[in-house]
Amino acid sequence: MTTLEKKVTRLEVVEPKQLNFGKKWDYAPAPEATDFVKIKPRYELFIGGKFVKPKSGNYFKSINPATEEVLTEVAEANEADVDAAVRAARNAYEKYWSKLAPAERAKYIFRIARQLQEKGREFAILETMDGGKPIKEARDGDIPLSVAHFFYYAGWADKLEYAFPGRKCRPLGVAGQVIPWNFPLLMAAWKLAPALACGNTVVLKPAETTPLTALHLAQIIQEADLPPGVVNIVTGFGKTGAALVKHPDINKIAFTGSTEVGKGIMKSIAGTGKKMTLELGGKAANIIFEDAPMDQAIEGIINGIYFNQGHVCCAGSRLFVQESVKDIVIRKLYDRIQTLRVGNPLDKNTDVGAINSREQLGKIKELVESGVQEGCKLHQSACELPKKGFWFPPTFFTGVAQSNRIAQEEIFGPVLSVLTFRTPEEAVEKANNTAYGLSAGVWTDKGSKIFKISSKLKAGVIWANTYNKFDPTSPFGGYKESGFGREGGLHGLLPYVKLVR
Amino acid sequence: MFTTGDLKIKSRVDQVGIEERAASLSKRSIKKETKKAGIKLAISMIDLTTLEGKDSAGKVEAMCQKAIRPLDPSTELRVNDDIPSVAAVCVYPNMVSIAKKALAGTNIKVASVATGFPSGLTPLPIKIEETKRVVDMGAHEVDMVIDRGAFLSGEHKKVFDEIVKIKEACGPAHLKVILETGELETYDNVRMASWLAMTAGADFIKTSTGKAAVNATLPVTLVMLETIRDYWYETGRMVGMKPAGGIRTSKQALQYLVLVKETLGDAWLSNKWFRFGASTLTNDLLMQLVKESTGRYQSLDYFTID
Repeated sequence: MTTLEKKVTRLEVVEPKQLNFGKKWDYAPAPEATDFVKIKPRYELFIGGKFVKPKSGNYFKSINPATEEVLTEVAEANEADVDAAVRAARNAYEKYWSKLAPAERAKYIFRIARQLQEKGREFAILETMDGGKPIKEARDGDIPLSVAHFFYYAGWADKLEYAFPGRKCRPLGVAGQVIPWNFPLLMAAWKLAPALACGNTVVLKPAETTPLTALHLAQIIQEADLPPGVVNIVTGFGKTGAALVKHPDINKIAFTGSTEVGKGIMKSIAGTGKKMTLELGGKAANIIFEDAPMDQAIEGIINGIYFNQGHVCCAGSRLFVQESVKDIVIRKLYDRIQTLRVGNPLDKNTDVGAINSREQLGKIKELVESGVQEGCKLHQSACELPKKGFWFPPTFFTGVAQSNRIAQEEIFGPVLSVLTFRTPEEAVEKANNTAYGLSAGVWTDKGSKIFKISSKLKAGVIWANTYNKFDPTSPFGGYKESGFGREGGLHGLLPYVKLVR
Repeated sequence: MFTTGDLKIKSRVDQVGIEERAASLSKRSIKKETKKAGIKLAISMIDLTTLEGKDSAGKVEAMCQKAIRPLDPSTELRVNDDIPSVAAVCVYPNMVSIAKKALAGTNIKVASVATGFPSGLTPLPIKIEETKRVVDMGAHEVDMVIDRGAFLSGEHKKVFDEIVKIKEACGPAHLKVILETGELETYDNVRMASWLAMTAGADFIKTSTGKAAVNATLPVTLVMLETIRDYWYETGRMVGMKPAGGIRTSKQALQYLVLVKETLGDAWLSNKWFRFGASTLTNDLLMQLVKESTGRYQSLDYFTID
């Protein structure tokens, strides 16, 4: 070693000592049993109350992203199939659903809620196998929340005349709904429950990588004996969604997904008079002040970005740390991500599951690579990743600036960008300096600061000293490129009614 | 260096957040080999305790036998592997010599409560004298109580100074500082008292005397473990943790071990750094261990009650 090299070594920053989260007392595998869940070898389209073969004649495979095993094959709907579904929905609207007393509509929706609750375990396992999310999240999050949503909106069905004082509600007609792959059943519930409660009929298009729970929900809807055609489910890719959106006999489009596709939909329906709501991407700021309850803030950051592998539109993907506490926050964050258990999503102790698809994994890798190229510092969990399937370790970047791609673009994966600020004013400016505006988090022990900061943040949902809390009574939706319209709560009725005197 | 202002800044805990975290950790699924290993680890971490006014030489001697040999190895309840002894026995000062004699020739430590246990409301010279006496009698560990009245009325310096003095009086003995968290009530207080005790020289911090209405809980223990971690971050000194009171079942004990594993990591997963203060936990651990080995539950009559 030359003297010059020695000098350089001396200038290196000494990394702090780390805790050792090893295998001294390791948890044995605790996989959820799957033997009682029946996945059919093939799923058809659900149109007019029946499972029908697609006119397209095509089927596509749905795989388990944790193992890459084929789970089943699913019908692909073409334009003719979509047309049949919309006709069935129109027919059901004219013939049954719009003529039914609201209290009767409520009964059907309550019935769906109860059936879903009863089959909760089956749905949780299906959701985990089809999408890769940890069973504990499907079991404690997705499924109970979906059930709660149906219960909540069932309650509204016969009380709509009280929802908007001085106005009367009328249904819109047929709603076309396109949902994403990150919370497949929950997004179906968010879309179906208010639409049905308000008296509309529906054609729903689930995402191509996660159609299974929606199709099992179709079975429940069939068993609940809903009038044929009130709910129709057409599976397929982007083309199927486009056919649905463009169909002339649709009164309302509800879309949750990427901003790019959302913009395309808006263009395609311009001038058609179709009513629309969009719930798109996000790049949420989680702001942590020096007077925050630190360990709970760390938990909130972890929950904000690694929940559901970061496949969450409201994920807290930008962390703003006050400079005075930057070092301790980064140290704690680093130690904490080592304890996240990444692996078999069906294991009850798994915290982070599989990335939903090969395509999404590619996007995540590409953006992480850009972060490294642009000189940001990469920190990752040392966890072992399974050999098969799509995986990405919990990751965060420090030394990130507003102008880095990883601070601007939605990664939709378990990757956090850590930025710093000096004053509250600067925190607000930086947090709002994005094309998105879906959600944000504020961490401080000081109540007055919470109100001051949250009133200045341009985001649809702001959590204070917590993150990713959902409830059917609370509206959810975005500003700017994160979309418009609200889902959940009283506000969630509005996109599915016209108000008349 | 001790300043109250510094202490307050370090002591913010969000109640909802900490309780959520403790609840989520308590849902870890602990099965099969993990369960067996965890139970054995838990047995080795017990401070087998009797702290009653009616304690006698007979009671303490019997308990010491249980401490050495929790389960009769010749029993029909076949457990294929060795069952460890407990870590220590914990008794009143007058019982120290008896325990010492009963445990002679074993590795089991003798811990004595001191400093006007359980209230801590005696003059400092007497607390110091009591501490010196129990150490002279051979106690390896001293479990002191803090003066909660002083702490709650803001006299943090007084509490700090007392701990420093008692630590001095301990000499080579290990000092466990009981915070009596049930009386401190808020998590902010628990965190502040933990930090204060460690700064003053505690080798262990302990939740409770077992005499208050609320004893050890998971969230309180989590707050203390996180404070231990933060203290280690700042000073590099490891401090031990002892939840005490109300831990009666294997399930609870394993939940506590999960907190340690996922907050402090492997280094703290031994009886050098983690103890359970318990009088009735041992038999439930044994019963579950036998069940893991034989597949059957035995009646409690098969487990000795000393």
